[in-house]
Amino acid sequence: MLLNVKNLQKSFGGRRILNGIDFTLDEGKVLVLIGPSGSGKTTTLRSLNLLERPEQGVLQIDGDEVDFSKPVSKKTIRAIRRKSAMVFQNYNLFPHKTVLENVIEGPVMVQKTAKEKAVDNARKILERVGLSDFLDSYPHQLSGGQQQRVGIARAVALKPRLLLFDEPTSALDPELVGDVLKVMKDLALEGWTMVVVTHELKFAEEVADKVLFLDQGTILEQGTPDELFGHPKHERTRQFLSRIMNKV
Amino acid sequence: MSLFVAGQITVDWPLAAHSFWPILQGGLIYTIPLAMISFVFGLIIAMGMALLRLSHVTVLRWIARVYISIIRGTPLLVQLAIIFFGLPDLGIDVSPLIGAVVALSMNVGGYAAETIRASILSVPKGQWEAGYTIGMGYGQTLRRIILPQAARVSIPPLSNSFISLVKDTSLASTITVTELFRRAQEITATSYDFLLLYSEAALIYWIFCFILSIIQGRIEARLDRYVASNE
Ligand SMILES: Nc1ncnc2c1ncn2[C@@H]1O[C@H](COP(=O)(O)OP(=O)(O)OP(=O)(O)O)[C@@H](O)[C@H]1O
Ligand SMILES: [Mg+2]
Repeated sequence: MLLNVKNLQKSFGGRRILNGIDFTLDEGKVLVLIGPSGSGKTTTLRSLNLLERPEQGVLQIDGDEVDFSKPVSKKTIRAIRRKSAMVFQNYNLFPHKTVLENVIEGPVMVQKTAKEKAVDNARKILERVGLSDFLDSYPHQLSGGQQQRVGIARAVALKPRLLLFDEPTSALDPELVGDVLKVMKDLALEGWTMVVVTHELKFAEEVADKVLFLDQGTILEQGTPDELFGHPKHERTRQFLSRIMNKV
Repeated sequence: MSLFVAGQITVDWPLAAHSFWPILQGGLIYTIPLAMISFVFGLIIAMGMALLRLSHVTVLRWIARVYISIIRGTPLLVQLAIIFFGLPDLGIDVSPLIGAVVALSMNVGGYAAETIRASILSVPKGQWEAGYTIGMGYGQTLRRIILPQAARVSIPPLSNSFISLVKDTSLASTITVTELFRRAQEITATSYDFLLLYSEAALIYWIFCFILSIIQGRIEARLDRYVASNE
């Protein structure tokens, strides 16, 4: 078990947003989080990378553990954070750095990889995501789809144990979504462990090993894509699914 | 009597020519270096104050607030006087030049702190998170990700601050620093031609600031070329 999340609870301004979230994920598996807007998907995902700090709960990733009910040392934060890397909805690329510089920043400045080695590795990753021709471009010169693939390359270059995606395609024009999903599918096939928040049900169906349905800060239902999409147990799950399927 | 001879003003050209170089020299060896040195120290103070202002620790935020409030709420002339004429009462003797550098730096520190703070806040929050997610801590994210972007935003207002500072150095004349304006004053002590000499001083300040504003325009044009719309 690579990831173990126990009883995450989080409030914003007195409002309970996460109401005790529990799940586990094995190495090499893909977990998809779905749920209505405001149900807490982003908050859950960000908690895994400690970009959000729940008040309660335990997070274990690959042998490291944080107990959120206790004071957490900077060292623990760093250790846990380095187990995962986030791909953001709006990319959050470094605008003052080229594509290549974006990708090697973490390996060189944080992991202290030799620059040549990091560049070598970054070139390989960027080639795999189809961006070999853009190494020296700046983010604003790229399309959204290309920027998001840089975002993915930047996360992958860190060699984390866990890749986190927060609606990676929802800011993209429809014709650009496919390229990004293709890259993510390839990563899944390569054996990366991934947690993905998305409304792309087709992607979830094809790639996910497990799907969680979040509603009002709790996991209402979880299972394989077949179970959850084919035979949803809860009325709310059914409603949600039919709503997003009608949109497509 | 001279009040009634308007229309008969004559320019003493030989005096103008003679005094031009000493006044300009005061500008070149005191005004400009004084402004540059004070600006560098001032920016260091301002950066520190900006970071304190943004700190999560209430006490630190308050220290910066009080500092900024005092600097902005009191005249620079009075600040200079306290440092140069006041500190000796405590047994701390300050040379005119050091006193001027200290007072001007502290003054820049108070004003530029807000500029720097605003420029840091102008960088989207997602940039901090991107730094954190690739494993950087606060300091590294600040240095490598946030400040380079904040710098672009703060350069136009900071160059305005620098131009103001060049003019503000004239106040150092009150603590006997023989900068540009003091040179002009000294010459008036013997020639009494106030209008001519002070106009000359004004002209030289204006030339300095004009050149600086051209340089400022160049820098901003260059920055504009790189400015990326992030989101
Ligand atoms: N920093 C914050 N401060 C206050 N409230 C917040 C904050 N972040 C999230 N929330 C609130 O928490 C709730 C859950 O937010 P979250 O972003 O996790 O939902 P989500 O499931 O990702 O929704 P969406 O599908 O719209 O992205 C929302 O009601 C949101 O308004
Ligand atoms: Mg969200």
